[in-house]
Amino acid sequence: MLLQATATAHTVGGPITAYWPVMIFFVVAIGFPILPIILGRFLRPAKYEKGKMRPYECGIDPTTEAHDRFTVRYYIVAMLFLIFDVETIFLLPWAIIFMGDDFSFTKFALLEMFVFIGILVVGYYYAWRKGALEWA
Amino acid sequence: MDWNNPLIHTVVVLVGITIAFLAIMLLVAFTVLAERRVLGFIQGRLGPNRVGYGGILQPFADFIKTMMKEDLVPDQSTKFVFLLAPTVAVITAIMAIIVYPFGPVVWLPFIGSFPLVIARFDVALLYVLGVTSVGVYGIALAGWSSNNKYSLMGGLRSSAQLISYELALGMALIGVILMSGTLDIYAIVEQQSGAYGLNWNIFYQPLGFVVYLISAIAETNRVPFDLPEAETELVAGFHTEYSSIKFLLFFNAEYINMITVSMLATSLFLGGWNGPGVSLFPWLGVIYFAAKILFFIFLYIWLRGTLPRFRFDQLMNFGWKFLMPLALINIFLTATVEAFGGDLIKMVRSWIA
Repeated sequence: MLLQATATAHTVGGPITAYWPVMIFFVVAIGFPILPIILGRFLRPAKYEKGKMRPYECGIDPTTEAHDRFTVRYYIVAMLFLIFDVETIFLLPWAIIFMGDDFSFTKFALLEMFVFIGILVVGYYYAWRKGALEWA
Repeated sequence: MDWNNPLIHTVVVLVGITIAFLAIMLLVAFTVLAERRVLGFIQGRLGPNRVGYGGILQPFADFIKTMMKEDLVPDQSTKFVFLLAPTVAVITAIMAIIVYPFGPVVWLPFIGSFPLVIARFDVALLYVLGVTSVGVYGIALAGWSSNNKYSLMGGLRSSAQLISYELALGMALIGVILMSGTLDIYAIVEQQSGAYGLNWNIFYQPLGFVVYLISAIAETNRVPFDLPEAETELVAGFHTEYSSIKFLLFFNAEYINMITVSMLATSLFLGGWNGPGVSLFPWLGVIYFAAKILFFIFLYIWLRGTLPRFRFDQLMNFGWKFLMPLALINIFLTATVEAFGGDLIKMVRSWIA
């Protein structure tokens, strides 16, 4: 449905050649960081020294491993993000065909999306009340 | 010219990419300089003004100096991921610049008329959202692979911040898509032309614009949302262990991100290349586009000189409990008004135009 709705927008070249610039640019974009890293080797000094290669902790020798346990809230945020980001993706095709030529469809789509977002708002409210959004 | 010939198409694309790439790099260099000078003036000092006339060569001197520095890779770090992180950050930052239209259809002798956009396809906006959201990997991997407590904390904070504000950012854009009915950025800019600038989406989506602007500043890790590099508590955040060219890549990625979100704000809300006289002299569009981007960049610097930093709990609360509901309300309002007053809006817009 997404493809049908946007097929009217004309592109430079055909439907496949429209993506050529992306592929060409991807090669350029990969070369952009890699080349200076490789070429810079000839410019930079490289003197190995034990103390220099320790993790930086303001001059004091680190006592514990850095990969320690950290608060679980980061995981909760990541899970909530997954849910709501998928919601945003579902909203995109809806938003594109919302103001189509068939105006009776608009009101139906509005109602449909109210139900969809309404369910997610209930989940959002639940997460809020359960304290998933709190950072103490 | 035959634009469907693959060879000609490729050559044209390569020329366009070269120009856009150089323009972005110069813009990054002089944004850094402008930031230091403007911050200097805000704080009642001069800023760097020795290298070249008024400090104009300072970015290049800094570049050479950074390149000559030793590239430290800590012994305990995960070597490959340590190298991968800045690469991912800068690639994802720069991939987005390709779809922005920086001018209308222009005419050149021997070449004919062509639109000033490198890649135009139907899902440009989705492409931008997708590519920029991969950028969080660069920061998370950098924080994890350094094997340093400050880096880990900075990386975690930054990832949480980026994914939280990405929701509000994506939802703020839904309002614009509802109005335009397409994801093609070129078409969205074209729709905003005419009517003495009254067709700009900012007049129909003020709430969406504010939500977008705030979350864009948070997405680029700028003041007042620069928690990941809060130097008073985290040394330098996720790039504590990075030096030389790899630090430069992270630095570049941040400024390229600044420019791309400014480009997106300009294209979606401020009418892109539209401005007085564009229909007569199409090349003026490039100047208008650049001017609008520079306005946003100045806004960034101004904010940095003015605002203090958020605390992390305030930051997360603001994103989840204020910006997200606001973006949802914006979607509700836009959809309802369009469904029940769509004909009226179309009438008013055609009457203005």
